[in-house]
Amino acid sequence: MSGFLSFLSSFSTTLTFSITFGTVILFGALGEILSEKGGNLNLGVPGIMYIGAIGSLVGALWFQGATSGMAASLGVLYSILCVLVCLIFAFGMSMLGGLLFAYLTISLRTNQNVTGLTLTIFGTGIANYIGGSLGSVGTVRADVTSDAVKAYITPLVKWLDGLTDKFNLGSLLFRHGFMVYFAIVVAIALWYFLTKTRTGLSLRAVGENTATADAAGININKYKYLSTCVGAGISGLGGCFYVMEYIDGLWETSATIGALGWLAVALVIFATWKPMRCIWGAYLFGLLSWFYFLVPGLFKGSDKIFQMLPYLFTLLVLILVSLRRKPEDQPPGSLGKAYFREER
Amino acid sequence: MIRITKRDGISSLLSVAIRVIAVIAALILCLIITFLFTGRDPLRVLSEMVGGSFGTSKRMWEFLQRTMILSCIAVGLAPAFKMHFWNVGAEGQMLMGGLGALILMKFCWVIPSLPLLILMALLAILFGAVWGMIPGFFKAKWNANETLFTLMMNYIAIQIVLYFCTIWEGTVGTVKIGIVNGEAGAPSYHKGWIGEMFTGNFNDKDFMWLVLIVLLVVVAMWAYLRYTKQGYEISVVGDSVNTAKYAGIRVNKVYVRSMAISGGVCGFAGFLAVSAVSRTLTDLTADGRGFTAIIIAWLAHTNPYLMLVFAALYTFMELAGKQMASAFQLNDYYSKILTGIVLFFVLGCEFFTNYKVHISKKHKGGAAK
Repeated sequence: MSGFLSFLSSFSTTLTFSITFGTVILFGALGEILSEKGGNLNLGVPGIMYIGAIGSLVGALWFQGATSGMAASLGVLYSILCVLVCLIFAFGMSMLGGLLFAYLTISLRTNQNVTGLTLTIFGTGIANYIGGSLGSVGTVRADVTSDAVKAYITPLVKWLDGLTDKFNLGSLLFRHGFMVYFAIVVAIALWYFLTKTRTGLSLRAVGENTATADAAGININKYKYLSTCVGAGISGLGGCFYVMEYIDGLWETSATIGALGWLAVALVIFATWKPMRCIWGAYLFGLLSWFYFLVPGLFKGSDKIFQMLPYLFTLLVLILVSLRRKPEDQPPGSLGKAYFREER
Repeated sequence: MIRITKRDGISSLLSVAIRVIAVIAALILCLIITFLFTGRDPLRVLSEMVGGSFGTSKRMWEFLQRTMILSCIAVGLAPAFKMHFWNVGAEGQMLMGGLGALILMKFCWVIPSLPLLILMALLAILFGAVWGMIPGFFKAKWNANETLFTLMMNYIAIQIVLYFCTIWEGTVGTVKIGIVNGEAGAPSYHKGWIGEMFTGNFNDKDFMWLVLIVLLVVVAMWAYLRYTKQGYEISVVGDSVNTAKYAGIRVNKVYVRSMAISGGVCGFAGFLAVSAVSRTLTDLTADGRGFTAIIIAWLAHTNPYLMLVFAALYTFMELAGKQMASAFQLNDYYSKILTGIVLFFVLGCEFFTNYKVHISKKHKGGAAK
């Protein structure tokens, strides 16, 4: 019995970590979908997530430092303000990273794969450089912002707990900060935008066949620039969430954000470019990343093998997709190709 | 107004000039940024930059060693890129090659030195080739997107290497294999190490072997792409798959074969990194160089000799950044910023080699478009 209970508790811890990682991956993948739907394969996602992470931390530290006197008089409002500033910084800085990519690939027509990889090198460098220069690493903490990001939505938790008093469903489902749910909202919004709106249709047209979209009178550059930059902004929120929720508003020099960034690129394929499929795919990837936690010491090095699973699953999906040739599962037609109107 | 037209061709002088200007502009930007960060005298910064690669003989050998391994990976990518196959899996192919070399080095050191090294190289090539052939096969068979496929193969390789690092870890809990055959006095001492097995003791000059071997690979790849029938097939497939089909070239076979060669050379780079430099294997044996090599191979337009040049430039910037980081108490990631800036400039300048920008004042006033 006690074995079962300890399994249950490690299961619930695993679930919490999985959802945290899943959310980071989800943000990254959603941004990448938006970018790829416009035909831009941005392999700079890991770099952009790093930029978002450091952007949010720098923004939060700056704002908290500049306005610490206001904290007492504003109360909860101050926390909300801190979170807003942090999100704006993360989004804005990531968009700048996206803008660099967009300028190089769209205006200067450089190769997307190569530019993306360079952006990953650059973003990783700049984030870790700034993060490492923040004074003593691991002690400078954006406390108010991080606590606010991590705060449970208390009324909701209490209400659900009261409703299901045996299982405490509220504390089980809503034991995360608001960004976890925000990511799901973004996914639904992205799905709605891509499939139900005219602008979304035009964007998909640009990604499918740029020349045709151009002939139909769609402003190619505007669509490509906006989808890449906004996509980068959304991806960057993943880095922001990682710093604020998972590592408590501190900075750590590790490769985890980069690894999650590549998982985000993988998830886009896994979900066959569909935002809704990303939601459960992200949690599945998160779960697979932490699965070794559930069955510790199955055999020596089993954790390493388990962590391979997300990539293996993605490969399987990639093979299945190309095998079945269903048109709705295929990558956007002009993905990765630069467009020059006079060259057809 | 500004109008852009595609160039028909470009004189090699102009294309070199554009790139040199881009590199110089990037270097100036790097100097300015370093000046802003540190406030040091720009001349001092410049001297530290150069000193990073050429300051001492040790650093020079480090520069050569890094340049050569990077070139070897980039050269491995050349056949794939030439047939417009986006092999972004060099990182994984190199790691698998390193694993192949390490297995023999760790368990079969009783074999005499020279045959052991040859066997290590062969197993590394085999491992890398298999890792490259898998995406090649799926591209040929079902047209699976090779960029994404090879990308995923990297992370599978990293996890495999991490797995072996765990089960073969030297000290429990470190997840590191540690230096293999490094125990002085043991019969396995220095077995499978390129360099020391001939001279006995480690010396920076032993990297000479590495330099010579990689130069050989570079020339061989140049000749293969330029003078062999297979090299010709690769360039036809790269230009147009349909032309290749009509000419009776079996495109699928070319995909798989070229990816085997591509992966094999990257695997060989893994052998060099393990046997000549680190003498161990970690998940950082490739350390992102598989990705950097993609940028280098692409910038060099699949010309193996140009790859040497770009690899040297990249390594120079990397070491310059490291040197400045230690000289001015910046953190280590500074060199990634600098290399990133240089690469962005060199990438961006490709635009001016491919396109011509016309600026005319004729339409000023917006009367006509």
